[in-house]
Amino acid sequence: MSILVHSDTRVITQGFTGAQGTFHSEQALAYGTKLVGGVTPGRGGETHLGLPVFDTVAQACAATRVDASVIYVPPAGAADAILEAIAAGVPLIVCITEGIPVLDMVRVQQVLHRSDSLLIGPNCPGIITPGECKIGIMPGAIHRPGKVGIVSRSGTLTYEAVAQTTAVGLGQSTCVGIGGDPVKGMDFTDVLERFIADPDTDSIIMIGEIGGTSEIDGATLIRDSGTKKPVVGFIAGATAPPGRRMGHAGAVITGGHETAAAKIEALRDAGIHISASPALLGRTLLDVLSGSF
Amino acid sequence: MNIHEYQAKALLKGFGMPVLDGRVVRSPDEALVAARTIGGPIVVVKAQIHAGGRGAGHFADDPGGKGGVRLARTPDDAQQAAVAMLDSTLITRQTGPAGRVVRRLYIEAGCEIARELYLSLLVDRATGRIVIVASQDGGMAIEDVAAATPERILKEAIDPATGLSDYQARNLAARLDLHGRSIRAFTTVLRAAYEAFVSLDAAIVEINPLVVTGSGDLVALDAKMSFDDNALFRHPELEELRDENEEDPREREAARHGLAYVGLDGTIGCMVNGAGLAMATMDIIKMEGEEPANFLDVGGGASRERVAAAFRIVLSDQKVRGILVNIFGGIMRCDIIAEAIVAASRETGLRVPLVVRLAGTNVERGEEILSRSGLKIIPASDLGDAARKIVAAVRAEGVA
Repeated sequence: MSILVHSDTRVITQGFTGAQGTFHSEQALAYGTKLVGGVTPGRGGETHLGLPVFDTVAQACAATRVDASVIYVPPAGAADAILEAIAAGVPLIVCITEGIPVLDMVRVQQVLHRSDSLLIGPNCPGIITPGECKIGIMPGAIHRPGKVGIVSRSGTLTYEAVAQTTAVGLGQSTCVGIGGDPVKGMDFTDVLERFIADPDTDSIIMIGEIGGTSEIDGATLIRDSGTKKPVVGFIAGATAPPGRRMGHAGAVITGGHETAAAKIEALRDAGIHISASPALLGRTLLDVLSGSF
Repeated sequence: MNIHEYQAKALLKGFGMPVLDGRVVRSPDEALVAARTIGGPIVVVKAQIHAGGRGAGHFADDPGGKGGVRLARTPDDAQQAAVAMLDSTLITRQTGPAGRVVRRLYIEAGCEIARELYLSLLVDRATGRIVIVASQDGGMAIEDVAAATPERILKEAIDPATGLSDYQARNLAARLDLHGRSIRAFTTVLRAAYEAFVSLDAAIVEINPLVVTGSGDLVALDAKMSFDDNALFRHPELEELRDENEEDPREREAARHGLAYVGLDGTIGCMVNGAGLAMATMDIIKMEGEEPANFLDVGGGASRERVAAAFRIVLSDQKVRGILVNIFGGIMRCDIIAEAIVAASRETGLRVPLVVRLAGTNVERGEEILSRSGLKIIPASDLGDAARKIVAAVRAEGVA
């Protein structure tokens, strides 16, 4: 099985008829994702990609069962789109949008914490359970169904982990890109506890980067859980200078605990196997699984 | 986006922050006039650069001399200080060894100082809230206080649902050992800082030091503000506060094309899609024994023009002795990348070795375009292979 999404997950797209929403909804449909409609204010009642368009998320939820929503709304309206999905009671919200103002996410997070909804992102590639359900912008073809759970702050570095685990003959249970923003929805701990509990995830790859301390929280969770599932880790940004923002809004070192070195040490202390290089994620995991690491 | 001290003070004053009388000047003559206008027994001449530690810094042409914050007892003194500081390079612990050229000065009234406090606001990732940081140890680097005496750092988170409450200000004032009229004065200061933070989508508001005068009044003696780049679209008025002299021209050019670029000191230029993969590419270059010349994320859905611009920016860095292109195409199609690389290489002339690693969407077509181009491009099969090949190529050139 998998975590969070599977073959029966019913998905809507917010920002459905825009260029991004259209392109990635087509890709999701081609992958086999159970997309059941979308939302574009003012276009309610139309049909797009053969699916119904609604004016509001609430209308979509009243018309059909919605398990998840994916948001391709531009930055100025993206926080509002998340709040709309929370208000409509969508259980899982995946926000792909990059460039949302931090204070908008501060407001969103307070509402989110008082709700039953889960949020992935923003500024993330999304979530995929290979062969079953793809919600987001990741290239579907590099994935293979399997037993490795992958969680990462970076999109393309997740693709590296996916391609490498596929190349060495392992596949993935579920891959979650939690996104590169400082204030966001699910963090390492939220995803890792689900991988630890998931009977069909046998091993885990976690990929972090400089900035913040959430990788350290994730490492603590793994250690305290006592899980026997092998975990391989990598932290990007060992060569990044302090005080400079490296692309991601959240990737900036502002304190001693936020460096790659400090995080690598914390991961090692928790029994996580550190991949020496970003090119060795799949190989390291294979070695750990075969007992030769 | 960062702004100067005098700009931050002007913004904060609009929200009720107590600041001293001051004038920004760009010449010694203007400094003389400003000092006369402000009057009083003393004025302070402060270099305006986007870096802290100015007072303890030194000028490149006068290593043992005075720093970037000077006291002047007469208007003539202020003029002389301006002569020494303007167009000179100020080096502080935040500027790096290259320093920054001083082009503007702030002439400010003097102030009687009884105590120096520290106050800042920023967004705390762990709680997802705006947090107030305060300390009785003002006037020093807060990182040093946090490292040496963490118990002297006070923190207070603000609930976004209610905003800042006055009792939070009073509680903090008490913990800062403020009494009498200073308690209300602190509430005014904190409210000004908070309203400015929220209204202008700040990333940080920092008052260091926040001075308590002999009579118990509070004054923001220094002020630093920076803004959330993602929110600048709703504050067009802030754009005119941008000082392009304080920005790396390559970073500015990159930003104009929607690229994230950070200049570094190494010799291997990088062009990558995705921030995490871009950092990982820098890391693997270092593991192979060389240093990256830059961080460059071309983003997810980059156009041919944007990729070509990125490639030109990397090539324009004279330190660059080799280039590594690492693209994992998701939304990004490898054939588009390949066409852009070929076009930009022909246009600018490829003077250094180029290793290209393509993976993901349309990778076969991309590789075909590169191999048919007739350009000397070294293909790589994966990330590790790419790093080894560019390091080997740069070293081979070095020997020859």
